[in-house]
Amino acid sequence: MTAAVPAQGLGRFGEFGGRYVPEALVAALEELDEFRTKAMVDPAFIGELAQLHRTYTGRPSILTAVPRFAEHCGGAQVVLKREDLNHTGSHKINNVLGQALLTRRMGKTRVIAETGAGQHGVATATAAALLGLECVVYMGKVDTQRQALNVARMRLLGAKVVPVEHGSQTLKDAVNEAFRDWVANVDRTHYVLGTVTGPYPFPEMVRDFHRIIGVEARAQMLDEYGRLPDAICACVGGGSNAMGIFHRFIDDAGVRLVGLEGGGEGVESGRHASRFSGQAEPGVLHGAYTYVLQDDDGQTIESHSVSAGLDYPSVGPEHAFLRDSGRAEYYPVTDVEAMEAFRLLSQTEGIIPAIESAHALAGAMKIGQELGPSGVVLVNLSGRGDKDVHTAASWFGLLEDEATTPPDDAPRPADDEAASGGGESQT
Amino acid sequence: MTGVSDVLARTRKEGRAALIGYLPTGFPSVEQSIEAMVAMAQSGADIVEVGLPYTDPLMDGPVIQSAATKALENGVRVADVFDAAAAIVQAGSAAVVMTYWNPVLRYGVDKFAGALRTSGASGLITPDLVPDEAGEWITASDDHDLDRIFLVAPSSTPQRLASTTAAARGFVYAASLMGVTGARDSVGGQAQVLVERTREVTDLPVCVGLGVSTPAQAHQVAEFADGVIVGSALVRCLLEADTFAAGLDDLRSLTSRLADGVRRT
Repeated sequence: MTAAVPAQGLGRFGEFGGRYVPEALVAALEELDEFRTKAMVDPAFIGELAQLHRTYTGRPSILTAVPRFAEHCGGAQVVLKREDLNHTGSHKINNVLGQALLTRRMGKTRVIAETGAGQHGVATATAAALLGLECVVYMGKVDTQRQALNVARMRLLGAKVVPVEHGSQTLKDAVNEAFRDWVANVDRTHYVLGTVTGPYPFPEMVRDFHRIIGVEARAQMLDEYGRLPDAICACVGGGSNAMGIFHRFIDDAGVRLVGLEGGGEGVESGRHASRFSGQAEPGVLHGAYTYVLQDDDGQTIESHSVSAGLDYPSVGPEHAFLRDSGRAEYYPVTDVEAMEAFRLLSQTEGIIPAIESAHALAGAMKIGQELGPSGVVLVNLSGRGDKDVHTAASWFGLLEDEATTPPDDAPRPADDEAASGGGESQT
Repeated sequence: MTGVSDVLARTRKEGRAALIGYLPTGFPSVEQSIEAMVAMAQSGADIVEVGLPYTDPLMDGPVIQSAATKALENGVRVADVFDAAAAIVQAGSAAVVMTYWNPVLRYGVDKFAGALRTSGASGLITPDLVPDEAGEWITASDDHDLDRIFLVAPSSTPQRLASTTAAARGFVYAASLMGVTGARDSVGGQAQVLVERTREVTDLPVCVGLGVSTPAQAHQVAEFADGVIVGSALVRCLLEADTFAAGLDDLRSLTSRLADGVRRT
């Protein structure tokens, strides 16, 4: 069906990627590519970003061994890479600081961003405040309603939040609206895309800004544990935290790279965000050729996940390549499995993870069983769960004024309500 | 059977610009959209641009988004555009299909091109496919003798104007401004500059779209372009009318006034 897509074009990972955009945006993408290519070898840029990582974000993020949690992982040793400890509470800040510095270098004064439920929007608003840039965040109207607190956070940081009322009124429509803004205001505006998809050079650039996760983790594993892990688990929505931790390990053939997708109510239910095991076929969405949840007419199908950060119908093209080439493996984790991992980590280790990251923990519980007691699993804990407290409290029936939902009573009754408070764009 | 090249040659000989009108297939229903497209052709649209509704139309403003969303809710399918094109060609006008790329990719590029050729449509306008990514479409459009209408924009560099027009056939779609579809108060000098820059690198007809909504604007653009493309203003006739019949009357009326606009000297 799509066999004739060129295998070696601009920004391709195998056959995936490319630059499917209106001509009006090509000049801006080429300008961005030129600036970021120069910046990545410019000691002044590298130094400024490293300084921010150290004195603003709080890098390097630490490794934490979690032996009590690991008792539920077949006895394998489990180690967390603590991206949840970064300023703003997730890995997202790594990319946003890099793109905000580039914005300034390009002489632009305004940034725009899409956000599913808040985390990338909050990170972008944070960087804009730090560097004195005007900031507009597009957010599906449905998401602004169920994420009112994050809307307030962005506004406190000085950003303008625009509810998007078209289409499904969620993340993918926010991306569409951000592109529309960008076309109209591109001369003074940079689009801070939040994940490793979109037209070239975004997938490569966003990966490179997150690559520090894996670079640090690899050195820390060797320093502190004297060995590399047998497997790395990371959640995959668009896939930025996973690409960030995977990339440095791609040449380490003995390290399994395991991506965990939002399995929603189960792949067989049709209500999921599993691009690699559901109805997804390769296609074009938001500028990239990659796996897309779509119907027989090429129309995008809405995804479903308890985690809004994983609730996206497409996935970064480099993940599509890693999957088809066999270097990485991807599995769906259902809402129920993820929430059980969320509860376990909270109660065995005193660490409340983002629900997105809980999918990676659920993956470690399965991979640990396969590896047994001699195995070591490194989990990218991409974000903290403070934002998810309301969702989790509803899920576990901990709120006195709400109807209780037993944890094993899956699937959740009402997706719209139960996703509230959660789902920051954690990938 | 009339192709867009024939129409544009004829209008150029007549010393005027062509009027190109856009409507999305399937809004309000497939049958009614075809009826409206034929009515537009009979009221003075020289070429009809047959829209294929898509879930994620990132080059479209609110009017076309709304119509496309309703068309999808009403169950429009990809193959319906072939019926629409055939009806327009049968009515004596030329048709081109305008679509985002993924529906074509999913249908199968060569299969889509074959069905398009059979329908009598002249070719495709591809708003999110630049020639750099269009290898498969270039092959298929050559095999099936179809026009490839790529867009140029005010931000296009001289190099890209040259490479894009070299890959195009039928006409070149010049985006009048940096933005999405939808009416604007003025369609100004940016469009004229772009048309002049485009003419420096190609002999293909250059048609201007984005923002044109009134007969006066159509007239202004017709002074320097080979064709005037109107979309949102026509769609709005159907979107805002209380009944389909009333919408159709408004559509006929606006089309004939726009047709006067491109003829006035």
